[in-house]
Amino acid sequence: MKAFAALIERLAFMPSRNGKLRLMADYFRQTPDPDRGWGLAALADGVDMPGVKAGLIRGLAMDRVDPALFAWSYDYVGDLAETVALIWPERVEKAETPRLSRVVHGLRAAGRSGAAPLVEHWLDGLTASERLALLKLITGGLRVGVSARLAKTALAQTADIAVDEVEEIWHGLEPPYSDLFAWLEGRAEKPAIDERAVFRPLMLSHPLEQAVRESLDIDAYRAEWKWDGIRVQVAARGGKRRLFSRTGEDISGAFPDIVEAKDFEGVLDGELLVATDGRVESFNRLQQRLNRKRVTQRMLAEHPAWIRLYDILHDGEADVRGLDLDTRRARLEAWYARWRPARMDLSPQLAFAGWDDLERLRGETEGGAIEGLMLKRGDSTYVAGRPKGPWFKWKRGPLTLDCVLMYAQRGHGKRSSFYSDFTFGAWRPDGEAGREELVPVGKAYFGFTDQELAQLDKWVRAHTVERFGPVRAVKPELVFEVAFDSVARSTRHKSGVAMRFPRIGRIRWDKPAVEADRLETLEAMIRD
Amino acid sequence: MTAKHPESWVELRPQGVYVRPADAYVDPVRPVECALVTHGHGDHARPGNHAVLATAETLAIMRARYGEQAGRQLTAASYGARVMVGEVEVSFHPAGHVLGSAQIALAYGGSRIVFSGDYKRVPDPTCRPFEPVPCDVFVTEATFGLPVFRHPDPMAEIGKLLKSVALFPERAHVIGAYGLGKCQRLIALLRQAGYDRPVFLHGALIGLTELYRELGVDLGPIRPATAAAKKEMAGEIVLAPPSAIADRWARRLPDPVVAMASGWMRVRQRARQRGVELPLVISDHADWDELNRTVLDVDAPEVWVTHGREEALIHAIEAGGRRGRALSLVGFEEDAVE
Repeated sequence: MKAFAALIERLAFMPSRNGKLRLMADYFRQTPDPDRGWGLAALADGVDMPGVKAGLIRGLAMDRVDPALFAWSYDYVGDLAETVALIWPERVEKAETPRLSRVVHGLRAAGRSGAAPLVEHWLDGLTASERLALLKLITGGLRVGVSARLAKTALAQTADIAVDEVEEIWHGLEPPYSDLFAWLEGRAEKPAIDERAVFRPLMLSHPLEQAVRESLDIDAYRAEWKWDGIRVQVAARGGKRRLFSRTGEDISGAFPDIVEAKDFEGVLDGELLVATDGRVESFNRLQQRLNRKRVTQRMLAEHPAWIRLYDILHDGEADVRGLDLDTRRARLEAWYARWRPARMDLSPQLAFAGWDDLERLRGETEGGAIEGLMLKRGDSTYVAGRPKGPWFKWKRGPLTLDCVLMYAQRGHGKRSSFYSDFTFGAWRPDGEAGREELVPVGKAYFGFTDQELAQLDKWVRAHTVERFGPVRAVKPELVFEVAFDSVARSTRHKSGVAMRFPRIGRIRWDKPAVEADRLETLEAMIRD
Repeated sequence: MTAKHPESWVELRPQGVYVRPADAYVDPVRPVECALVTHGHGDHARPGNHAVLATAETLAIMRARYGEQAGRQLTAASYGARVMVGEVEVSFHPAGHVLGSAQIALAYGGSRIVFSGDYKRVPDPTCRPFEPVPCDVFVTEATFGLPVFRHPDPMAEIGKLLKSVALFPERAHVIGAYGLGKCQRLIALLRQAGYDRPVFLHGALIGLTELYRELGVDLGPIRPATAAAKKEMAGEIVLAPPSAIADRWARRLPDPVVAMASGWMRVRQRARQRGVELPLVISDHADWDELNRTVLDVDAPEVWVTHGREEALIHAIEAGGRRGRALSLVGFEEDAVE
C-alpha cells in the first residue's frame, strides 16, 4: 500500500506523459507480486470493490470526528475521500500497513456487511496519503490522469518491448497479472491466453505529406473515405463478443446495441458512427454516446450506433492479417455477404483514375461525416503499429477562422512558465446599436513553434489588462488564424458553438483585430 | 485584590494590539512609538517604528531587511529575561517558528497574557523549540486551524524529495520556499538526511541564508543558482521564492520539477492551484494537533484566536471547557507567510 500510495500521489501532480511513464515503470520494477499487479489493474481498468460506497466512508469518519469540524473541513477541502483521509485521527500506536493485495482480497471476501470494520482498521494503520489512495481505490476513480493505454505503455517499457505486444494478450489475462510480469522479466514464456475475443493491435496510417505524395505509386493504392467517427475493433468468437477502442479499451458496455447485434464469428476493423439506417449523423451525436459506463434506452433510440467496416483481421477462426489488402477485401465482402450483420455495412472502395480524381473526392463531404480520404496499398499486410508507407490518411483541408486573443493561461510542466493556453473570440453585436463585442469561441494550446510561444508569452505579459489567478485577460489586439476540423452547436458555450480540434494555424501579427471574423461566419460553417 | 483581566488593559487599535499600561503595540501593522515584535516575517515585523523590542536575531533580520527603517531604537531581549516596559513586565520565550521567533508574555495587575506569534511544536534544527508559558490568556494563531491539517514527519517529506531527485537525474528540482525560515530549515533538513551536495539558491534567498550562518546556523555548501550553466544544474536542488518557481526565472533550469514546501500542500486542490508537481508538506506553523496540544500545555482558561481559521479552533477550545474568542486583527493575511 505504501508504494502504491506514493505512486498515486506523484501521478496526481505529474503533468508530463513521460514523467508519468517513468513513475509507473519505477513502481512496476520495485514492487513485488501480487501487489504490483493489483496496482496495474487499478491504474488500467479499476478494481471492482462490491459493497463499498461513499456513504460507508462518510459514516466511518462521522463516528470518529466532531460533525461541526467535519463540515468545516469538507467545505474547505471539497472532496469527500480526501477530507476523510486528511481528518482521520491518527493513533500513536499504528496498526500494521496492509499490502495492496490484502486490501483487494479482504474487501472482496468481506462483502457488504464486513467492509466497514475492515476499512476502519486499515485507516488506523495508514498515513494520510495512504488513506487517500485506499479510499480512492475502493470507491473507484483514482483520477490521476492515466489511461489504460499509458499504464500498459509503462509496463512495456520495463521490458523494452512495444506496447502492442502487451495489448495483444491483455484481454486474455486477469489481475494480478503475475504471468504477465514473469514473461516481461524473462522468467517465463509469453502467457497462453484464451484466443476468443481478445484485442489485436490496430494498423495505423501516416498523414500524406506533399513530399511523399510526389513519389507515391498511386496505382498501387486503394482509396476509401476517411469517416469522422471512432476507430474500433469488433471481436466475436466462440460466443464471446467485444468492442474495443483503438487503444484496446473494452467499450462494449457503452454500446450494447452493437454488441447484442453480433451473431457472427470474426474480428473486424471499422469506424463507429451514429447512423440511422446507414445515414451517418454528426460526430457531435456520437459524442453523446462516448465515455459512458451505462447508456439509457433513450440514448440508444436517439443515437443508434453503427459500424462501417473496412478490414478483416480474423475470418471466422482464420487469422488473415498476413494476407494482402486486396485479398482481405475480398474476404471481407464474402464475410459480409455470409453473415449480413445488423447495424453494420461496408465502407466502399472508391474508383479513381489518378490524383485529379482523388483531389476532387477529397473535397467532397457527406453531411460532415467524412474527414477526407484513406489511401492503402493493395498489397499491404495488416501490421500492428504505424508502419511508414502502406497506409496514408489525407484529410480535407481544415476550416479556418480569424479570431482575437482574449485570455491566456499558463501551461503545465515544461510550459509552466509560459502563457501557452489561448482563449480566442469572434465578434458579434452586443445589443447596442452598431456596437460589437467579442465572445469566446474556443481554446487552443498548440499549432505554434517554441519560438512563437516565447513571442506570444512576451506579448501576453505586455498586453495584460487583468489577472485571475493563472489566467490573464489581454487587450483584444492580436489575431490568430484558428484551424479546426468542424464546428457544432453547443449549449455549454456562451457563443453557442464548439470547434472540434482547434489549433493556432497562423499568428496574424499584421492583422487589425477589427478585421477578425464574426460569430455568424462560424455559425454558417455548422453542418448538422 | 482581584487580578485585572487582560481584556481591561489590552485593546485593538488600527495600528494593532495595544497594551495600554506599556504604551506599546505587539506586532503593529502601522508605524508606532514602541513595538514589541515576535519574529522577523513581514506581516509581523514592519519598518518605520521608533523603538523596537525583540530578540537579537529578530533585530538582525529586521536590520538586514529594512536597514535604517528597522527602527531608531532597537533593544535586544534575551529569551526568559524580564524587562519592564511602562508598568508591564515583558518577557520573550522561544516559539520554534523561525530563528529568533518568540512568544511575548506580558504581566500586569496580577494577570498574564501570552502572545504566541506564529509557532510550531516539531523540532527545527534552525531555531530554539517552543516553550509553553502558563498564563491567564493565551493568544494563538490558527493558520492551520482545521483538523485536515496535520503535518507529516518532515524527514519523510525530504525522503520524497530525494527519491524524486534519484528518479529524475536529468532534471533540476526547484522548491518554492519562503526566504526567512523555510528556506534555511529545508537546507538543514537536507543535511540531516545526509545530503551533502551544494544547495543552490535564488538571489532573493541568499542574504537571509548568509545571515543565518553568521548567527551560527550550520547549513553546509550553498551556491547561487545563477552561478552554474543550465545543463550543470541537472540533478541539483534549487530553492527559490514561491513566486519564481513557475515563472520566467525557472527557465534557466533544465526541465525543472516544480516543488513547493508548505503546509498548504496538504490539500490537493491547493497544491494544484500552484501548478506544483511535487508538493512537500513542510510547515513552520503549528498543525491542528499542535494547536490543540498547546492550548492544553499552557492551560489558560481563556484563548484568543488570531489570523487563520478561527471558528473551528474556537469550537474545539470551547468543547474542552475553556473560553475561546476570535481576535480579528487587520493586516494579517489569511494565508499567513508560510
